[in-house]
Amino acid sequence: MEIVGAIAIGVAAGVLSGMTGLGGGVLFVPGLVFFLGLSQLGAESTSLLAIIPVALVGAWRQNRYGNVRLRAGLTVAALSPIGVIAGVLLANHLSERALELSFAAVQLFFAFGLARRALRYKAGDG
Amino acid sequence: MWRLAVIATVAGAFSGLFGVGGGGVMVPLLVLWSGYGEREATGTSLAAIPIIATLGAVAQGLSGNVDVPKGLLMGIPAIGGVLVGTWLQQQVSPRWVSVVLAVVLVASALVLIF
Repeated sequence: MEIVGAIAIGVAAGVLSGMTGLGGGVLFVPGLVFFLGLSQLGAESTSLLAIIPVALVGAWRQNRYGNVRLRAGLTVAALSPIGVIAGVLLANHLSERALELSFAAVQLFFAFGLARRALRYKAGDG
Repeated sequence: MWRLAVIATVAGAFSGLFGVGGGGVMVPLLVLWSGYGEREATGTSLAAIPIIATLGAVAQGLSGNVDVPKGLLMGIPAIGGVLVGTWLQQQVSPRWVSVVLAVVLVASALVLIF
């Protein structure tokens, strides 16, 4: 049962990843905790491993569809360690609760922007 | 170029803090701030994620926090899923990419808050 649940979450995370450009961690982390019994830290760390093949195959398919700006993607990837270090420094100065609430606020802000954009598509655009 | 640097820094920070690939930050910023279409933003995000996630997985792996068999148990079926998801994305209007992503972001925010 646990195995079936884990595989189902894996497939769902992959579909979501292909559709939205996320790595799938948003489903992997709860799936690893709930079905495979990992701790929160273990799940967040293991999720990063699961994300790698998904994003690689997704990027390959999207490149075939003509949707990848490779130079921009590689630039973001190359500069991201600066952010990782900044994140670790922030984590040392802010409580976990403050970090969770700030991330939630950022996500709600982005969701609002995307929803507004979706509503503005004209009927003729599809 | 400087916008990409900002996006990289923010995505890296969230990736390090929350164990995500950074796509939840990259895609909205590429669409809303850098003027990418939804499909381009998601494809470009997927190209950046393997490198960001590999750095994170190696760092966490050295600390003994990565369970490789369980990661593969979820990651390998997800390869099948992503083939379907990328195909599906080409069949629907890009507005649905924004809608689905907005729903996922709200759900994820609610989980963090409660």
